[in-house]
Amino acid sequence: MATAIANRVAGRFGPYGGRYVPETLVAALDELEHAYAEAQADPDFHLKLDALLRDFAGRPTPLYFAARLTEWLGGAKIYLKREDLLHTGAHKINNCLGQALLALRMGKKRIIAETGAGQHGVATATVCALFGLDCVVYMGEEDMRRQELNVFRMKLLGAEVRGVSSGSRTLKDAINEAMRDWVTNVRTTHYLLGSVLGAHPYPTMVRDFHRVIGREARQQILEKENRLPTAVVACVGGGSNAIGAFYEFIPDKEVRLIGVEAGGRGPALGEHAARFSGGSPGVLQGTYSWVLQDDAGQIALTHSVSAGLDYPSIGPEHAALHDSGRAEYTSVTDADALDATLRLARTEGIIPALESAHAVAECIRLAPTLSPRDVVLVNVSGRGDKDMGILTRELRLTGGEPKK
Amino acid sequence: MIRFASHPGLVAYLTIGDPDLATSHEIALAALDAGADVLELGVPFSDPVADGPVIQRASERAVRNGTRLSDVLALAAELRRERAQAGLIIFSYFNPILHYGLEEFCAAAEQAGVDGVLVTDMIVEEADDYLGAMHRHHLAPIFLAAPTSPDARLERIAAASEGFVYAISRTGITGTRAALESDAEQVVRRLRRFTRLPIAVGFGISNPEHFAAVGEFADAAVIGSALVATIEQAGRADAPSSIARFIRGLRGAAVPAR
Repeated sequence: MATAIANRVAGRFGPYGGRYVPETLVAALDELEHAYAEAQADPDFHLKLDALLRDFAGRPTPLYFAARLTEWLGGAKIYLKREDLLHTGAHKINNCLGQALLALRMGKKRIIAETGAGQHGVATATVCALFGLDCVVYMGEEDMRRQELNVFRMKLLGAEVRGVSSGSRTLKDAINEAMRDWVTNVRTTHYLLGSVLGAHPYPTMVRDFHRVIGREARQQILEKENRLPTAVVACVGGGSNAIGAFYEFIPDKEVRLIGVEAGGRGPALGEHAARFSGGSPGVLQGTYSWVLQDDAGQIALTHSVSAGLDYPSIGPEHAALHDSGRAEYTSVTDADALDATLRLARTEGIIPALESAHAVAECIRLAPTLSPRDVVLVNVSGRGDKDMGILTRELRLTGGEPKK
Repeated sequence: MIRFASHPGLVAYLTIGDPDLATSHEIALAALDAGADVLELGVPFSDPVADGPVIQRASERAVRNGTRLSDVLALAAELRRERAQAGLIIFSYFNPILHYGLEEFCAAAEQAGVDGVLVTDMIVEEADDYLGAMHRHHLAPIFLAAPTSPDARLERIAAASEGFVYAISRTGITGTRAALESDAEQVVRRLRRFTRLPIAVGFGISNPEHFAAVGEFADAAVIGSALVATIEQAGRADAPSSIARFIRGLRGAAVPAR
């Protein structure tokens, strides 16, 4: 059985997190940790970042009362945090702007990144264009196929997209390849990791860059409802939008925090990416967290209709929130996510990304069980433009009335 | 036993289970008999982030045919029975060991007669529990030292290592290169100030010229991808003899009779 790991160094969340990397990378992780600590203490860094988030990315994002969805479900009032309205189409830009400023501070002119759904890749390509940095994005070939539009966007923005053909040709394999690039070019290159994954300081730093989601949402819901939400719901791949949405609410014990994993096609290993129902603690790509693995400790293949949730591990802070019970984690199947996409589109005129649709699907399940005095806050982490190919096929949009 | 009988010493890395366990067994014996001082028995892993394409492909083949950490330990036990003096190291990513159970793994490795363990993604800061278990079971922990490691880290790495210290010749993943990088000599020279342990240099050493060059400044050379590529090209039947030939070729005429 898995061995428990003690909490002793920076970058631990309970027993989870840490740094499990080749020695060659440690100096770069130390450098990043120091640069980040210095930036955190530098008012000028915050001024610059806040200005970019406001004027370039479009913050604050609205908290929108979904009146028709609320009425249709007949339970709790539903509010949507509209991260989908940000420039580039998802929350990912929050972290990319922050890390790009850090790369500039460290004097690193070459940026590499991994991407699953392509939203982090597009956001990375965007900030590299903005600051004149070289940009290479690793993307699994399966993901390049199903998120082709984002491949074109990255290329248009001047990034080089390198397809990855190993493993399941998805996000995990793209991270492996990005790590291999980083270990080779570590002296000149910053790895702009796109989720709350990997070795310390990434899970902490990426979380901090996304805390703005929950900070805004908490203030906005107090203004609109004069109360805190009953529940905050967010999808969890690596977990960056979820931790960003949850973090400011963690001290508010009465607020339920609900993370939604990809239930894929069903509960068999290889058919989903629900780490907390099918996984166990392990080390993957630099961090100790919950991992989908077989009985020999080999990492399992995963499946989700949404490329951004199709990953066998989860951010270590989520693992700690799961174990402590502070956050709950559930999963939603491909079919329910597709239904939720259609439902949100037709009740509110909002097409969510397939990732975010998992959170919407959980809300559709949850809201009717609550009373009209309850408030559910859903983080719509991204928009669904990138998914039109999948949606057209899965919902048979050209064949008449969409399949239910 | 980790001992380098001639200079430079030779550490041979093999991905166990590629092409299959029985062939790995024969290859391991052939490597030892041809003059390898130490064998790194590589545990295949699904996500070998520190490895280049050659070892990635070998790992993929070995994982696909079901090779497990317990198989590698069983092979180590057989090799120990057959070659009492051989240096035997388990070379793994951390997750298979963690999943097996750290204490259970170390107990099984000791039982099998393994001399030491190298975990690619284990760094000294994270190693307290790991080192405790290694020491309880009389296993030599071998850590990697990189060209990017500052002196303070090299000192800790040297202090935590037993058997030998593995100096990485360059930033990058495993795999062969035409020329040996100048980083290698520097990291060995810096490391030397902190340890009397033998220093083995690895990553990118693929021919007799590299091997001899490493002998100029280090105690041993690690040959990995070049061997794994030889196995890939040779096929099952010829792999053991190809490996023996390759290793004798590295040693040239300098190798003493054993």
